[in-house]
Amino acid sequence: MSRCLLINLKNLKDLELIEVKNMTKYFGGLRALNSVNFSARENSIGALIGPNGAGKTTLLNIITGMYAADKGEVFFSGLDISNLSTLKRSRQGISRTFQHLELFGDMTALENIMVGRYSKTKAGFISSGLRLPFVIREEKEAGRRSKEILEYINLGHRTNDIASNLPAGEQRTLEIGRALATEPRLLLLDEPAAGLNIKETRSLGEMLKKIRGEMDITIILVEHDMDLVMHISDRITVLNFGEAIAEGTPPEIQNDKTVIAAYLGVDDE
Amino acid sequence: MLIFVLLIISLPLMTGSAYSLTVGIFSGINALVAIGLCILMGFAGQISLGQAGFYGIGAYVSSILSAHYGLPVIISLALGMLAAALAAVVLAVPSLRLKGHYLAVATLGFGEIVQIALNEWGPGGPSGFGDIPQFGIFGHTLNTTAGYFYLVWLIVAAIMVFSLNLVNSRSGRALKAVHGSELASNAMGLDVVMLKIKVFVLSAVYAALAGGLYAHYITFINPGSFSFFYSVLVLMMVVVGGITNLWGGIIGAIAITILPELLKQFKEFDVLAYGLILTLSLMFLRKGVVPLLIDKFKKPEGFRVD
Repeated sequence: MSRCLLINLKNLKDLELIEVKNMTKYFGGLRALNSVNFSARENSIGALIGPNGAGKTTLLNIITGMYAADKGEVFFSGLDISNLSTLKRSRQGISRTFQHLELFGDMTALENIMVGRYSKTKAGFISSGLRLPFVIREEKEAGRRSKEILEYINLGHRTNDIASNLPAGEQRTLEIGRALATEPRLLLLDEPAAGLNIKETRSLGEMLKKIRGEMDITIILVEHDMDLVMHISDRITVLNFGEAIAEGTPPEIQNDKTVIAAYLGVDDE
Repeated sequence: MLIFVLLIISLPLMTGSAYSLTVGIFSGINALVAIGLCILMGFAGQISLGQAGFYGIGAYVSSILSAHYGLPVIISLALGMLAAALAAVVLAVPSLRLKGHYLAVATLGFGEIVQIALNEWGPGGPSGFGDIPQFGIFGHTLNTTAGYFYLVWLIVAAIMVFSLNLVNSRSGRALKAVHGSELASNAMGLDVVMLKIKVFVLSAVYAALAGGLYAHYITFINPGSFSFFYSVLVLMMVVVGGITNLWGGIIGAIAITILPELLKQFKEFDVLAYGLILTLSLMFLRKGVVPLLIDKFKKPEGFRVD
């Protein structure tokens, strides 16, 4: 809470939007995370890298509240959110995509985005059923905003296509769009480039930079594609066997001995 | 839609027979339960084998309040729906964590509990009770079959419009989203628990309304009408009609209600023919009649903006 008091105009830019402290998580006897510290500044792009099973996705799940921490705290914008549910964290401005796509498969691309607008609209069962005037207005507005988001992520041509019929790359982009529709302050991406070819990955990178720049959104991505990570990240945290073994800018990480030893293996660049 | 309305209006004019109108009334009553189950199963992805329980609660509460306590039918009907809504909350809260088969069994158990309660504590026990007042409003009793036919179908139309609005709205999309992925729904800020409770309550209220309409039409009820068999019958209606489309609920209800009547000409073979038709329709019309027709005649459409 003391962090709140520190906010002033001078260091607003340097404020940590998300801060994970001493995070420890067990799955049975397996220690998935061991006293991990992780943070990302307002309006930055942070990356979490590390070999499979290092605890990257676990950390994302802890930030969104899908897993309960065994030890440690999560601060969002200076406030302790460790005990909030996923739903409440989402409403505070944390949104995410999933490693294994979790689109609403039998709904259209536009409808998927519109679900993201849920917490920005109000109509309940009864007012929707009666189609009260405010509901009609709200629907129009949600439809218009969602269409804008679709155009923004270059999926305008897919508006009325069923989500599960889209190619994998477009499905990943659609998940990002759906997350954007909730107007998050923090966007967590779990392997957004998985299954994308080089060209698609490159345009994904451009899009993420655009989102950060134009929408004032802080992005954290878990990613294996090193080109993408090195190209767009401001800070990189390396996890290995549940421990944060290094943290720094892309050049720092590329030259870090522990990282090279633990993760990148022999220098191959 | 328009064709449908015209058909309903013209039916009593074309045939004066009380028999076909009565079948029409039962179709309408079943359609109400089926529409509710369609929303619950086809849209929200929750299964229920206990709709007969809500149907029975609606019928019994409304009958008891009007016959024994002298309440006007329109008020007792509303209270029956309220009672079912409360029962739905009681059922939904513990069952929410359950999915698929487990939820099916929990709702089945609920239906059985209601059935046993009606047998033990309902007026007349297993043999039921009569002298239930007919539907009336402002002192005018609605006692013609054609009148009741119009009343029932007017209510079906109103519920249908309400439900279509609902499924094509923010809340309807949220229900479909819960069906698609609870994980993602939660992360997108949808209150999954609350949505499930609400949709359970909605389907229960529809069923209770139907139960009340049933009781005040035949003016005699016994627990046998609200057994597990009825829950399965409603399930059959929505599956045959098409679970992903609300019109499927109505078409399925009409088909399943009329079919046994039509098959009476086969005398002792009617049950066989009934079973055969259902099996064949499940084998060859997997998605249900209505969605198949839609696929055939036009491309599916979602929400559109201009």
